Amino acid sequence: MANSAKDLKVSDEVAIEISGMHKWYGDFHVLKDINLTVQRGERIVVCGPSGSGKSTMIRCINRLEEHQRGNILVDNIELTNDLKNIDAVRMEVGMVFQHFNLFPHLTVLENCTLAPIWVRKVPKKEAIEAAMTYLERVKIPEQAHKYPGQLSGGQQQRVAIARSLCMNPRIMLFDEPTSALDPEMISEVLDTMIDLAQSGMTMICVTHEMGFARKVANRVIFMDGGEIIEQNEPEEFFNNPQNERTKMFLSQILNH
Amino acid sequence: MTDLSFNRTEYHEDLPPPASEVGIFGWLRHNFFSTWYNSIGTVAVLYLFYLVVPGLIDWTLISAVWDSKSNQDCRFEGAGACWGFIDARFNLFFYGFYDIENYWRPSLVGLLLLFLAVPTLFEQVPKKIAGGMFALFTLGWAVWALAGLGQVASLNLQVTIGILVFLGAVTAGIFLKTPRSVCALAIVGVFPWVSVSLLYGPLNVASLSSGIGIAVYAAMLIGGGALAYWSTKRRDALGSFVGYLLAYSAVVIIYMNWGFGLTNQATSSFGGLMLTLVLSTVAIGVSLPLGIMLALGRRADSMPAVQMLCIGFIELVRAVPLITILFMAQFMLPLFLPEGVNFDNVVRALVGVSMFASAYMAEVVRGGLQAIPKGQFEAADSLGLNFFLKTRLIIMPQALKIVIPGIVSTFIGLFKDTSLVSIIGLMDLLLIAKSSVTDAKWLGLEHEAYFFIALIYFVFCFGMSRYSIYLERKLHTGHKR
Repeated sequence: MANSAKDLKVSDEVAIEISGMHKWYGDFHVLKDINLTVQRGERIVVCGPSGSGKSTMIRCINRLEEHQRGNILVDNIELTNDLKNIDAVRMEVGMVFQHFNLFPHLTVLENCTLAPIWVRKVPKKEAIEAAMTYLERVKIPEQAHKYPGQLSGGQQQRVAIARSLCMNPRIMLFDEPTSALDPEMISEVLDTMIDLAQSGMTMICVTHEMGFARKVANRVIFMDGGEIIEQNEPEEFFNNPQNERTKMFLSQILNH
Repeated sequence: MTDLSFNRTEYHEDLPPPASEVGIFGWLRHNFFSTWYNSIGTVAVLYLFYLVVPGLIDWTLISAVWDSKSNQDCRFEGAGACWGFIDARFNLFFYGFYDIENYWRPSLVGLLLLFLAVPTLFEQVPKKIAGGMFALFTLGWAVWALAGLGQVASLNLQVTIGILVFLGAVTAGIFLKTPRSVCALAIVGVFPWVSVSLLYGPLNVASLSSGIGIAVYAAMLIGGGALAYWSTKRRDALGSFVGYLLAYSAVVIIYMNWGFGLTNQATSSFGGLMLTLVLSTVAIGVSLPLGIMLALGRRADSMPAVQMLCIGFIELVRAVPLITILFMAQFMLPLFLPEGVNFDNVVRALVGVSMFASAYMAEVVRGGLQAIPKGQFEAADSLGLNFFLKTRLIIMPQALKIVIPGIVSTFIGLFKDTSLVSIIGLMDLLLIAKSSVTDAKWLGLEHEAYFFIALIYFVFCFGMSRYSIYLERKLHTGHKR
């Protein structure tokens, strides 16, 4: 099963192209000269110490954060201040957050159908059908009529994944999806993500789940101090890291 | 050495709680006698009740004089409340100086509001009960009106038919799939205009008396309708909104000019509970949407001009007492207005009270907006919801739910604050009570008058408070982390 994900073909088509991107928070230079090209079908894991700009970088891809210099092209749409472009990109890019960010006043099903109905203008009946297929795919169709507050963390995160998938995105961003979960719930979320990777989804995951990276990623990126320090295939990255900082980081997280 | 190994092979079964924790005794112990100081408090409060309640019951019920014709009938040893006074002044308390033959008009407005509000406010009113209420009401009204009974003698046929058609439409609406949205739409879109023409009568729209004016309104109606039709077909949201707005405004203006063909009733005759309700209903109806807009405007960092305007309005209005605003509206406004332009006194009070309430409401709503975690905005953004959808579907429902207690507090405060309009000479419930006891026949019955209006205020405010609790329970969706 794990191998089938790794053997997936990556197409030549470019999904995301980031070139010479810089970002500042006030005086603080958080992202420095980021250059990254993501092919369609790639599964990229981004890791690095906290404060290294991993989350900020992927949040720039759907413009939750604004970059000040350089270009970001998603599906050949350039991210600028143009709201039309931003909306177009956001329709194609799904995002899963560390703290789930489900809408607590809506049921699980309503969480999933809201955006398709209002943004994609899908008829309500079709939206519900689609939502139920995705809820089945993340293995919680029986929770459809509950509220997020009644679910466990792992279930909530799987709902969040289903909610993103309901918009039929071509790219999925994961921002530390398992960091806020109890140990017993991490695997159920990772299984869902592996399943998604096997379906050929273009994914960028900020995560420290190195087992997941080994299993499904075709590229691992290491960031520190707002820069991409090293990137490689998972085997090479873990067995033969080049940069001193990477070596130190890996020895810290793997030696437990 | 001790053996550290332990292995539980069977889980402990769930046991019922001890008897002292549940049942009536558990409840009493928990709530009234949990500690020695709690017990002392309980006993002290019981003693206070013993001192107050029997006397109150005696005065209001047992020793009360129910059929007094004047204060002379109550002047004997041991006499309680003189309720004949309330009976004699009942109409004054409720309708002020409104013409007796027109009492049906404010009554009808009140009933309409009640019958539209109940299905809007409560989700669980069964359709059959709601529909039955409407049908009964419509039928009763028809019998009453057509038979020319009671105070409806002055009602003309035109009005009767108009009202019956309207009520029939609402009754039909109740049986449709979504009675709540129909009622909500009727409350927002139809009720305000109908109630103005019922309470005040037709508005004289000057522009409708000239041929050009009529042509303009006809163009608005037809053009707007056509625009709305075509835009809806092409799924153009802005176009259909503008189209509907144009057509709707034309209909409202033409309708207001006709106003069921009723006679005009001067606003100076408005008074008593009716005036209090008119003021507070309008202020409540205006302050919530306006407050939401002001709160959003105050947070609109990307639009500094709008933000400054909203902050300025909120801070200015909150920095000034309501009495000052009412005085300003009464005495200062005419100085700024051009010669000949004159606003009605009641309208001035309405504007003043609504402005005041909106500023407070804005801050209450802003409090709710602050409480929404940033993640909710980001999740909505990441799904591609635009600002309008995000605010309407994600942020506002949660923010308003958080501040229900604050919103209802503001409403309750506002309801009671309307008594301040007596300062600019409007005869609201409080001023009516105060002046009615100056009548020589009923001199010295302040207790009865104030007790009665206190009861009225209590019924309304307590009702709002209970509704707030109901709403909080209904909107509660599981535990938040």
